[in-house]
Amino acid sequence: MSIAPAEISQVVEQVDPDRPWITMVWNDPVNLMSYVTYVFMTYFEYDKTHAESLMMDVHEKGRAVVSNGTREEMERDVAAMHGYGLWATLQKDD
Amino acid sequence: MSTGFTLESNGRIILRLDEVERMMLLSLCDQIVTLVTPKDRDPDADPLFALVGIEPSVERPEDDVMLRLFPDAYSDDETAASDFRRFTERDLRQTKTTHAQTVQETLQRSGEKVVLGLAVAPSWLGFLNDVRLALGARMGIDDDFHDAAVELAEDDPLLAMLDVYDWLTYLQESLVQIMLA
Repeated sequence: MSIAPAEISQVVEQVDPDRPWITMVWNDPVNLMSYVTYVFMTYFEYDKTHAESLMMDVHEKGRAVVSNGTREEMERDVAAMHGYGLWATLQKDD
Repeated sequence: MSTGFTLESNGRIILRLDEVERMMLLSLCDQIVTLVTPKDRDPDADPLFALVGIEPSVERPEDDVMLRLFPDAYSDDETAASDFRRFTERDLRQTKTTHAQTVQETLQRSGEKVVLGLAVAPSWLGFLNDVRLALGARMGIDDDFHDAAVELAEDDPLLAMLDVYDWLTYLQESLVQIMLA
């Protein structure tokens, strides 16, 4: 069910125009659903409901926008996700 | 194999391992450290780069395992992805090495009863995840893999690897459930 991050056609969430970059987490067949939830709660400090909802988007839709901000902020978030072993990319929202 | 991690009433996290399992985990620690340590580090490399955590040049890995452990940060911009590697890959290697070494230290001072403090639990989760990512990429795991594995011959080495992978999955799941509780 893993989907290559090459084709990005639409952005799932509304993004503040002053915070035009987004961090996307992609589905992969290894990461546990519980672990992905744990990472979103631990790193982003999202509550369990929000973290689980993002995790389900990753699992079912193949990806989810997990944060938005400046490019520098998103590079930090992506580096952190890679540190946890999640498959994350950043891109300009358009 | 063993039961997973359990939480004792005094808040300690316990994992019971037999000697084979303990040696297996120790060996996997070594393998992760070896895997993420660059082989061809230039001994004359400018120490200033090391000081600020930047690599003067970093190549995109061609191997599936390394590419999964060190993924592209930009899917549509090779230059930006390459710059990102130069600035972050050293830290990412260090993160993975530290996780593995933390697990190694816990195991080295444990017998069959491993006691984890909460402080080292995130490193255990990260390490178990790194090993599973590496094995998963090596085996080509996808969502149908387990269904297809029933067709494998009994002596297929993939089956032995899959056993280890499933055991690590079980360990990681039991630990993450404790951390989420």
